[in-house]
Amino acid sequence: MSTVTSTPDRTTQPRSSRRTSFWTAVGTVAAREMKVKAASKPFIITTLILLAAALAATLLVPRLGDLFAGGATRVAVVEQTVPSVQALGEDYAPQTVGSEDAAREAVLSGAADAAVVPDPDSPAGVSVLAMTDAPSDLVQALSTRPGVELLDPTAPNPALRYLMSFGFGLVFFMASVTFGQQIAVSVIEEKQSRVVEILLAAVPARAMMAGKVLGNAAMAILQVALLAGALLLGLQINGDVLPLDGMGVPILWFVVLFSTGFVMIAALYAAAASMVSRQEDIGSTSMPVMMLIMLPYFGVIFFNDNPEALRIMSWIPFSAPVAVPLRIFLGQGQGWEHVGSLVLLVVTTALAIWLAAVIYERSILRTGRALKWREALRG
Amino acid sequence: MITVNGVNKSFGSAHVLKDLTFSIRPGLMTGFVGGNGAGKTTTMRILLGVLSVESGQIEVDGSPITADYRAGIGYMPEERGLYPKMTVLDQLVYLGRLHSMTGADAKARAMALLERLGLRDRAGSRLEELSLGNQQRAQIAAALVHDPVALVLDEPFSGLDPHAVETTVQVLRETADTGVPVLFSSHQLDVVERLCDELVILADGRVRAAGSRSELLAAHTQPEWELDAAADTGWVREAPGVEVLSFDGGRVHFLADSEAAAHAVLAHAVARGTVHRFGPVTRTLHEIFTEVTR
Repeated sequence: MSTVTSTPDRTTQPRSSRRTSFWTAVGTVAAREMKVKAASKPFIITTLILLAAALAATLLVPRLGDLFAGGATRVAVVEQTVPSVQALGEDYAPQTVGSEDAAREAVLSGAADAAVVPDPDSPAGVSVLAMTDAPSDLVQALSTRPGVELLDPTAPNPALRYLMSFGFGLVFFMASVTFGQQIAVSVIEEKQSRVVEILLAAVPARAMMAGKVLGNAAMAILQVALLAGALLLGLQINGDVLPLDGMGVPILWFVVLFSTGFVMIAALYAAAASMVSRQEDIGSTSMPVMMLIMLPYFGVIFFNDNPEALRIMSWIPFSAPVAVPLRIFLGQGQGWEHVGSLVLLVVTTALAIWLAAVIYERSILRTGRALKWREALRG
Repeated sequence: MITVNGVNKSFGSAHVLKDLTFSIRPGLMTGFVGGNGAGKTTTMRILLGVLSVESGQIEVDGSPITADYRAGIGYMPEERGLYPKMTVLDQLVYLGRLHSMTGADAKARAMALLERLGLRDRAGSRLEELSLGNQQRAQIAAALVHDPVALVLDEPFSGLDPHAVETTVQVLRETADTGVPVLFSSHQLDVVERLCDELVILADGRVRAAGSRSELLAAHTQPEWELDAAADTGWVREAPGVEVLSFDGGRVHFLADSEAAAHAVLAHAVARGTVHRFGPVTRTLHEIFTEVTR
């Protein structure tokens, strides 16, 4: 116990204004949220796992085939058929033998996987000999093919469409739920530890809420941006394996819509959390918000091949961040429709922030039983 | 001077503050006492602007309180709270910055306060690692970090050991001496009696008594006297202008019409033998509190 009796060191001069401006307060709160998040082990670990998974998915999965292929196919050839097998490239290793019989023998003994011998009766001029099953890639490679003309070479690949709707949906869903829950936890922590009363004596409730939402949104967007960076890097390295054509613009739209939509969800989570006093009760008020995130997620995954359903979902602000980029990718809808969806989302987000601020202000100092949305709105 | 002027507040059907009026004068420590549910915490929250008034207003030097002034008040809520997982220094700096200090100013001020409160070597510890008493000191530092223009402290001494009470009392007294109005509530009436310059006693949402400590004591102390002598004091009953309240051999407790009447009793007593003790009876804050809040 110190018994120092000197007067406190007045290192600061009295300041003319004690009140921080609204946006300075928002910035200070947001900076703390970001610092806490950046130092939190779960956040760092999740981010690293996501990055590793993204790199693994883009770099390793397309190469899995190579792992099981086990080198070039050994093909026994006679003098006349050497050129036709050599023309097939490195996947086939021609082994020249003296005669057709020797080639047949090589296949029977297992020294070669297949043999290619001259056959004047075949339109290709050669025959393939194999044990039980003709290697179809070899047969295909030797066959003569009709000419092919692609009329719409840039039309979206159905597999890519599914991947994209799933990818956008998953990123939006996961980021909204995990970061939304974390915002909820941090709001309740402040309420439960009572620090909120000191904070509210210094800054307005809406500055507190705005700082929390923006700080966490920034971290969520940073995490998603890192993830997108890792995916694009992986795709770039594997440039020849997965086509990136036509994904740039939809991804850009997704980033803009996701950032806006995320702020909307985050504000609603903050409002949901301000209504309860204990972490255990968060489920009771955050359920409706969770539903709002889940419905469009499953909707887009199930209806990504239904243009009418996608059109409707692009006009619903909660599903727009996933539906609009997908429509753009698929070449559906007019430009004004996409801009319209974005405007509607921005307006809804502004409304959600206003609503959340009202609820937060009314509920944050009320302790005890969890409030209901209706009670919080009525004031 | 901060003035609470005719403030009313209800929660639902409960009318918790009824036409509340009192002042907190600069440079003085005003004790705020009242039973549980008397309305102390609500009043403090209204002063800070955390709750709004229904009618009436809060004034500073005669004009309505501004958000600027409010932001300069140092506040210690009844229910303690800081971030459990943040270090003591970090949260003080954070609170300072929310009160528009620069990071460097806030840090210097926080370290000086922690030094003063004997917490300097715990500056880097997380709050949850501190003992309850030390958490309480950190809470006091949190109320003082922005060099407040006024202090509003709800039960600042609860949970403190006697040493910590002394340190806290000194820090608060020094703060008041710089001309800052200080309002603090406490259930420990002996501390309030020793510490406060002025007193506001609240019961059932109403001010029951207010004024300087000596005024209050005087107003609620009747002219009672006590005499303790070697000889029997039964004769005091016959003295002029005197009414005996209780009597036990050499001791007598009496009311006197005037100081002169009481002094006449003393003169008699000295003439009759040894006087051990003579003087006016002072009452404790505790007795006054019990009386006015009854």
